[in-house]
Amino acid sequence: MKATWLIAGAVLLTAVGLGACGERDQVVVYKQGKYQGKPDTKPWENDPATMLYTTSKWSKGDKTGWETAVKSRNLSQNEYTRVE
Amino acid sequence: MARMKFLCDAERCIECNGCVTACKQENEVPWGVNRRRVVTINDGIVGAEKSISVACMHCSDAPCMAVCPVDCFYRTEEGVVLHDKDLCIGCGYCFYACPFGAPQFPQAGAFGLRGKMDKCTFCAGGPEKDNSKEEFTKYGSNRLSQGKLPACAEMCSTKALLAGDSDVISDIYRQRVLKRGKGSEVWGWGTAYGKPDNPQQKAPAGARS
Repeated sequence: MKATWLIAGAVLLTAVGLGACGERDQVVVYKQGKYQGKPDTKPWENDPATMLYTTSKWSKGDKTGWETAVKSRNLSQNEYTRVE
Repeated sequence: MARMKFLCDAERCIECNGCVTACKQENEVPWGVNRRRVVTINDGIVGAEKSISVACMHCSDAPCMAVCPVDCFYRTEEGVVLHDKDLCIGCGYCFYACPFGAPQFPQAGAFGLRGKMDKCTFCAGGPEKDNSKEEFTKYGSNRLSQGKLPACAEMCSTKALLAGDSDVISDIYRQRVLKRGKGSEVWGWGTAYGKPDNPQQKAPAGARS
């Protein structure tokens, strides 16, 4: 029984000791045709209440709300709707 | 939503370079880098001079994306073409591939060392935390995440430059073309330079202003 514990301890010690010897890739492994960079957040995942000088309103994470806000801003570029 | 696009109306653009200035100011673009510029053809020839504001057109099938050896480009859900500057190696392939000359390379150092590529982001920042200091330093302002449109288009005095959902701006442009006149009475020129005394009078061939 004692020998089993000793062997188990030795195996554990070896595993922990050699764990630091692992080698990680220091360079990016490129996959051709696939974006390799960092992920980006979606614009609607932001809370407009925290933004400075914005009149657009939507609730955080609401894609449709964000699209509606941007569309109304987009439509304001049409001055024919403002002068007539 | 379809795709975010720019549309420049050559009948309205008065070459004021307001869009260029707005872009520079909004994104604090360094000296020597022009994310947007105004191109004029037939400069000085009366009736034939046309200007157009050009930047990254956020192509649906972007050549820059196709040629990048490190695949640092990505397209967002709104159709904006962006890139990760941490991956960019500044090789310049995207500059040769781009039909609009959009990719810019900051020159630094004594021997004109070419830095990482910089281009119009449609004021959508890049792959960093939205509206963070890191994002602003690398990519500039992220107006889309604030529910705004690119500064260049929102600043355009004659509304020659339209930006936004392609369906919406196409409709605006279509309505404009159907309603406006032709020649010097169109919106931008008339507003900027006044209406001619005799609109019917034709300019002499090859005349310069």
